[in-house]
Amino acid sequence: MTKLLVDNKEIEIEPGTVLLEACLRNHIYIPNLCYLPGMPHPDASCRLCFVEIDGKVVPSCTVKVNGPMRVKTDTPAVRKLQQSALRLLLSVHEVDCANCPANKQCALQEIARFLRVGLKPKGLDRLLKEPSIVSDHPFIDFYPNRCVLCGRCVRLCRTKEGRPQMNFSARGFNTVISFYGANRESMPTCEECRSCLKACPVGALVLREPARE
Amino acid sequence: MHEISAEEQQQIAVCIGAFAPKRGSLVPILQRIQDEFAYLSGEAMRKVAAHLGITPGEVYSVATFYNQFRFHPPGKHAIKVCLGTACHVRGGEVILENFQRKLGIREGQTTEDKEFSIDRVACVGCCALAPVALLGDKVYGHMAPSKVEGLILGIHLEKERQEREKAKHESNNS
Ligand code: SF4
Ligand code: SF4
Ligand code: FES
Ligand code: FES
Repeated sequence: MTKLLVDNKEIEIEPGTVLLEACLRNHIYIPNLCYLPGMPHPDASCRLCFVEIDGKVVPSCTVKVNGPMRVKTDTPAVRKLQQSALRLLLSVHEVDCANCPANKQCALQEIARFLRVGLKPKGLDRLLKEPSIVSDHPFIDFYPNRCVLCGRCVRLCRTKEGRPQMNFSARGFNTVISFYGANRESMPTCEECRSCLKACPVGALVLREPARE
Repeated sequence: MHEISAEEQQQIAVCIGAFAPKRGSLVPILQRIQDEFAYLSGEAMRKVAAHLGITPGEVYSVATFYNQFRFHPPGKHAIKVCLGTACHVRGGEVILENFQRKLGIREGQTTEDKEFSIDRVACVGCCALAPVALLGDKVYGHMAPSKVEGLILGIHLEKERQEREKAKHESNNS
């Protein structure tokens, strides 16, 4: 076991544990969207899980605890970066919680509350994608303007399936999740798996209403 | 949807067959196919996937990352809107938007009647004329929304004229 000091709280953790995970397990909350336990190489794409170690700001999902450390999760530098990252995410997000299946269990809402950032930040243009619903999976609808591109779904699909059924497509502001080539024959396992649906921290992947099938 | 003929199937197979079945061949194969057909059809991407032992989704994912690939056959009148730095600064985006609205398609797409397609390109080398659009190989400088209207109208009128001529010709012959 190795000891570390997080915000003046001493915690003990098995060496080799990811710092983000060590904190979360000890009830020290750090905002995060893209982290998936057990993945060898974290994407560290959401840029929300910052902490300060010896005055250096780093994403905590990329740090392994291998000895004593002093970590701060609540410095002005950390909060500023987290708030900016969140504001940018929200600037490409169609905030319509009342009509979203994730309402009240949404990671984005929770993080916004925690960081005290309004869901409709001022001073940034809102860029939305067209079309707002993509139905290229036999029974899952994808909502590009709710997706935070955390990549959890894609990475899980890749580990479960070996041959991924979903991928990122396009790039930059146009990046979306795509089920291109999906059909019932090519993906007989989707019915039972549904990993992507469960992993989505927001309401971007939704089981299609039977009425629309 | 554009139907793929048996001959085209054969052509696709030839393009693919020229490359080793390894992941690193993916982009070169796609480039070869695009050279041949001017776009990547679903059928072509499925065949490439089968050759490389990956899913069509992975092929699509890589292909859509690059601007050089199209997924629809180009229209008879291929419109290219420059969004290089100079054209971007001079409102190229507005010109693109105008073409898209006028034709009811988005960049990378082709109208249903296969007459028009729209693509964005980076600098075409005449920044002094920014914003620039191309119709086929012909360059149109200092583009403005009214010029977009004019260009499309011109093509429609020309088409109507040709059809009238043809009709006249036929009635003269009979
Ligand atoms: S994903 Fe979350 S923040 Fe976005 S609309 Fe749904 S509930 Fe609201
Ligand atoms: S669909 Fe959900 S899980 Fe997948 S990248 Fe988007 S937000 Fe993340
Ligand atoms: S959880 Fe660390 S960058 Fe997303
Ligand atoms: S940027 Fe458009 S021609 Fe150079």
